[in-house]
Amino acid sequence: MSAVQPAMPKSWYAPSKPHKFCPGCGHGIVLKALGEAIDELNIQNQTVFGCDIGCSLLSWNFFAVDSTQTHHGRTTPVMVGMKRANPELICVGYMGDGGGYSIGSQHLVNSAIRNEKVTLILVNNTNYAMTGGQLAPTTLPGQKTETTPYGRDVEKQGYPTRGPEMIATITPDGAYVARATVSKFRQMKTFIKRALQNQMEGNGFSFVECLSTCPTNWRTNPQQTWDFLEDQMESYFAVGEIKSPFGKGEK
Amino acid sequence: MEKPITGTMKAFMTGNEIVAWAALAAQADIMFGYPITPQNEIMHYWTRLAPKYKREFLQTEDEISAGFTVCGAVQAGRKAFTATAGPGNVLMQEPFGMAEAMRLPIVAVIQQRGGPSSGTVVYSQQEVTLTTYGGNGEGHRIVYSTSTHQEIFDYVIKAFNTAWKYRFPTFVMGDGYQAKMREPLEIYDPEERGLAIEPARPLVGLPGSIGVDREPAHLCNIYSLEEELYEVVLELDRAYQEIAPQVVEYEEKMCDDAEIIVLSHGVVSRAADDAVKTLREKGINAGYFRHITLRPFPAQQLRDAIKKSGARKILVAESSYGQLMRLVRQEIYGETVEICGLLKPGVGIVDHDIFDKVKELL
Repeated sequence: MSAVQPAMPKSWYAPSKPHKFCPGCGHGIVLKALGEAIDELNIQNQTVFGCDIGCSLLSWNFFAVDSTQTHHGRTTPVMVGMKRANPELICVGYMGDGGGYSIGSQHLVNSAIRNEKVTLILVNNTNYAMTGGQLAPTTLPGQKTETTPYGRDVEKQGYPTRGPEMIATITPDGAYVARATVSKFRQMKTFIKRALQNQMEGNGFSFVECLSTCPTNWRTNPQQTWDFLEDQMESYFAVGEIKSPFGKGEK
Repeated sequence: MEKPITGTMKAFMTGNEIVAWAALAAQADIMFGYPITPQNEIMHYWTRLAPKYKREFLQTEDEISAGFTVCGAVQAGRKAFTATAGPGNVLMQEPFGMAEAMRLPIVAVIQQRGGPSSGTVVYSQQEVTLTTYGGNGEGHRIVYSTSTHQEIFDYVIKAFNTAWKYRFPTFVMGDGYQAKMREPLEIYDPEERGLAIEPARPLVGLPGSIGVDREPAHLCNIYSLEEELYEVVLELDRAYQEIAPQVVEYEEKMCDDAEIIVLSHGVVSRAADDAVKTLREKGINAGYFRHITLRPFPAQQLRDAIKKSGARKILVAESSYGQLMRLVRQEIYGETVEICGLLKPGVGIVDHDIFDKVKELL
């Protein structure tokens, strides 16, 4: 076994590596971007990382930052309560599409409307992965999941949730809203960094959806995985900054 | 900063108003709430008083959020609380369960209303089971049940101290009658009375530099293995059993020679107290036993009262259909005393109800 440790962000917690996500999963890429952003902003000691239930729960000891866990969908109110109680903290909520857009949607919507000064990072992999690949609010039309074995029928299950577009509509000025993809790492890191800066400056609600991969539940090989992300997901879910207090949005 | 209360002041207040004053006196920093009757005026008074003393409030989108924001706030090291009732208490069982699992020092005031479901907005004692053993856990909570307005003030202050001292979620259970009724009491600054205020301590956002002089805090709330969770639950129980003798509270009167012990909690205890006095005046040896803590339950104290009195019967009087009675049965299992009930779900109980029932039983 090699004794050489691969380079990793300073804010990563080395004893919990290698991490527990499946091979090919996008979570590790999102968390690398977040780790590098925390390092570059030098906020390791003020940051509190809160993770949801679902695959995101595996990140509970991912970072060398104070971290907490809660129930499915409830990361948003936990981080809001924490930030309201101590505004000096930089509160980062990390969740999946089910936690954010379905079971926790009332928290997401109302926190956005109230312009809560927290940063939420939502990983969209078009399914409930931890529970075995069920329909998510973000499942694409026609996409097969365990609870839509014949494909998502938009007449029966509706259309996929376009979260950032919704949040951009309901937030006041000062909010930062973007959609990133794990296929464009540098851009994703820029968006996450701005979402943290926006909280640090006290401007408002900060939200980044990250399009991500789930080969385990998609039942795809590497080529098919990347094709699904870049061809299908990125054409349905437009990547870019939707709302930014930092000037003209990057598309 | 000026103290909300200096010295001792005579007051004539509703129970809900008292909760707000007591939370101020207990140095609570922030309340998260969602409207539901009969607790609304706790928020109304808090939102009027809090800004004067640099305290905070957030009206959340629902009770689930109110409970979870409290869970977040206490992790940040601030004294946070909420108040609810009935269906709101049902929704809050989710965050209360998390507080139980992670030993978060949350405080919640429960002003019971009628149930099941939306029930009534008026009064009940039907949230005993929910508040003591709600959720998918083992009931590692501290639950006080008040019976006078003075006690509402005293026990709300005590609840914050208990929660932060022992780190178990702590509840003060009242009801719609206590919430809305006005009564004289004394309000005071606890520190001037020599009552120490337990300091709040953060669980995250700790001082120091990670990797230099401290490790990161990793608070876990879901476990990979059955055995891991088993250890966690056993440790919770060990800690709970250890502190239980210091927390448990009850009130006992005239049990030494009682043929029958009237058992009650909360506002019904006032009727029980009056009824027992009248029974004694009529030459009937009745005794009075009240649970101030429903969790932990004063089981040994009740067993002792039964033993020394030689009572043949217990009468459980409550405004629910046996929620206290079930607790009593499980806690004093093995005693041969007959357990009878005056069970009136969602309806008030007055002294002559108890008086008549005792006469019928003896």
